[in-house]
Amino acid sequence: MRKRARETADQGQAGAARRSLLLSPAALGELLAALLRRGYTVIAPTVRDGAICYEPVNGVEELPAGYTMELEAGSCRLKRRGDEALFGYVVGAKSLKNYLHPPERRVFAAERDNGLFRILPEQTERPRFAFLGVRPCDLAAAAIQDRVFLKDRYQDGEYRARREAAFVVAVHCTEPAATCFCASMGTGPRAKDGFDIALTEIVEPGRHLFVAEAGTAAGAELLAELNASEAPEELCRAAEEALERAASSMKRRLDGDGLRELLYERFEDPHWDDVARRCLCCANCTMVCPTCFCVTVEDTSDVTGRRAERWQRWDSCFTQNFSYIHGGSVRLSPKSRYRQWLTHKLAAWVDQFGTPGCVGCGRCISWCPVGIDITQEVAALREAARTRA
Amino acid sequence: MSSDNGRKPRIAVFKFASCDGCQLSLLDAEDELLAVAGAVEIAYFPEASRRMLKGPYDIGLVEGSITTHHDAQRIQQIRRQCRTLVTIGACATAGGIQALRNWRDTGEFVRYVYARPDYIQTLNHSTPIAEHVPVDFELRGCPINKYQLIELLSATLAGRKPNIPTYSVCIECKRRGTVCVAVAQGAMCLGPVTQAGCGAICPAYGRGCYGCYGPMENPNSKRLAAHFLETGKEREQVVRAFRTYNAWAWQFREATEEREG
Ligand code: SF4
Ligand code: SF4
Ligand code: SF4
Ligand code: SF4
Repeated sequence: MRKRARETADQGQAGAARRSLLLSPAALGELLAALLRRGYTVIAPTVRDGAICYEPVNGVEELPAGYTMELEAGSCRLKRRGDEALFGYVVGAKSLKNYLHPPERRVFAAERDNGLFRILPEQTERPRFAFLGVRPCDLAAAAIQDRVFLKDRYQDGEYRARREAAFVVAVHCTEPAATCFCASMGTGPRAKDGFDIALTEIVEPGRHLFVAEAGTAAGAELLAELNASEAPEELCRAAEEALERAASSMKRRLDGDGLRELLYERFEDPHWDDVARRCLCCANCTMVCPTCFCVTVEDTSDVTGRRAERWQRWDSCFTQNFSYIHGGSVRLSPKSRYRQWLTHKLAAWVDQFGTPGCVGCGRCISWCPVGIDITQEVAALREAARTRA
Repeated sequence: MSSDNGRKPRIAVFKFASCDGCQLSLLDAEDELLAVAGAVEIAYFPEASRRMLKGPYDIGLVEGSITTHHDAQRIQQIRRQCRTLVTIGACATAGGIQALRNWRDTGEFVRYVYARPDYIQTLNHSTPIAEHVPVDFELRGCPINKYQLIELLSATLAGRKPNIPTYSVCIECKRRGTVCVAVAQGAMCLGPVTQAGCGAICPAYGRGCYGCYGPMENPNSKRLAAHFLETGKEREQVVRAFRTYNAWAWQFREATEEREG
């Protein structure tokens, strides 16, 4: 297993500046093929069921060439673009979380054995994922999940194994969706670190190219196999400008200034009743959030009582059993659940893990069936704080 | 669970107004049933066996809703004979599709459908078992899911709490990795207000959830109905969506009744 040495290529190359290489769409296909040859399960964007989904792929031809996905609150529409861009959209409903912290997994099975209790050996061969087309907000989300699962006394071994084995090809965002607000969260639209390779796609009349940079020695090694030439200065500048335009064009934002204190103070604000009337407690927001990590653990036995299993499944603070303690659930009302979610994300998370639990990916906005928008709820609470004092 | 005198727990299966689909789910669990047969005694199950042992029973599984005077009396006797009474399916739990009559004049239906209406004795309403007697557990679905049934029996036999979730279908849908048909297609999906348990089958086949598992733990059906209307659905479509197998469940009723008035 490759040690995730997060030393940058700069360090690897003894202080030389990060090199920018030029890749053609064909070279991108070679990069994908090289990952498959190394035995990775490659997770990349592909068109499925009327959306762009991040799923296992077997070649560059499965990428959504010429497609985009228009995201709004509670809505996602697959559309054709006027060009052949491979990454002309942003995040899908799935994130790295679906693969590194799977939705359900058996923790162990056990059998009764002559009056004793025997834990059966689990298969230990774990998938090795290479993620292609990871967005900057998702790298930030993965860093948050690393903090949650790996940086405390108790660690999640399954997550560690999957994470350490993973290879990440990021794509900087030149065309954010209407639901994105990473610029205001400081997580995008340019990825700072956390990738092996990062790409910027340039699609203009007459040219379709990628500027590639390595983030780790492993990334540099893979790029070297592609015999790519140095990207011309002019192209690098075009890429930079596209990213600056992306940052300034982002319409949604979340003002984090003093937010932690504000949320604690607004604990009894009437606005929570307002959002509770609209919220369905369906939990979609937490399922798609790339940082939400909660699970429930369920034990089952079979009819004969000879065999038992323990399963771990994604859970959500929007369910009633989530806050069940002896005698009943602590958070019975939808109001208390939405408040718990938002206050944990944006306030308590800071106390717990040192950063907010939101990276501005906008998934909870687009995949909420009734389009509840975290940026609007925060703005409304700010407004309430201003006017209700 | 074992019964008082150490013999195998006895199970009985009863039928009221229903299509038999839920009992078929029980038969469909054949392999597991063999194991069940080893662990329990199927004492009364007319659909599967001619052997009919007298009560009392340890677990009674009840399919179907109450639609006649005779049924209303029979369920009282059954309750007295069963230590644990479990309703299986939407009919027994919510009144079933036949509860659509509850909004209409049943006498009129009888006159239209039957050549000799005077032979027909029926109640005006189709009602769930729990409106007549106390129910210990409700297994949802139209029909029920055999894995939930086996889980319920296994848990009851082991004396543990069954893992039967009461949260939304959306949670199973997202765990399964299905593209949300409500968000991506604008489909009318009842998943957000429907109880999980089926594994989110319908969205996985590109259709909105029909709500066959009935209301989830705290369904905001009014808000979902309002959202459907705001996003361009016709009122009649919305009423139809909420009035299927679990039409008579009050949490689904309140989604459309206020707007009717
Ligand atoms: S809270 Fe919403 S916007 Fe923030 S990281 Fe989670 S899904 Fe993305
Ligand atoms: S905010 Fe939206 S997605 Fe989240 S629980 Fe409420 S209705 Fe569901
Ligand atoms: S398709 Fe239906 S059940 Fe699935 S997440 Fe969307 S609203 Fe929920
Ligand atoms: S998705 Fe909804 S309608 Fe379909 S089987 Fe499940 S509960 Fe029933």
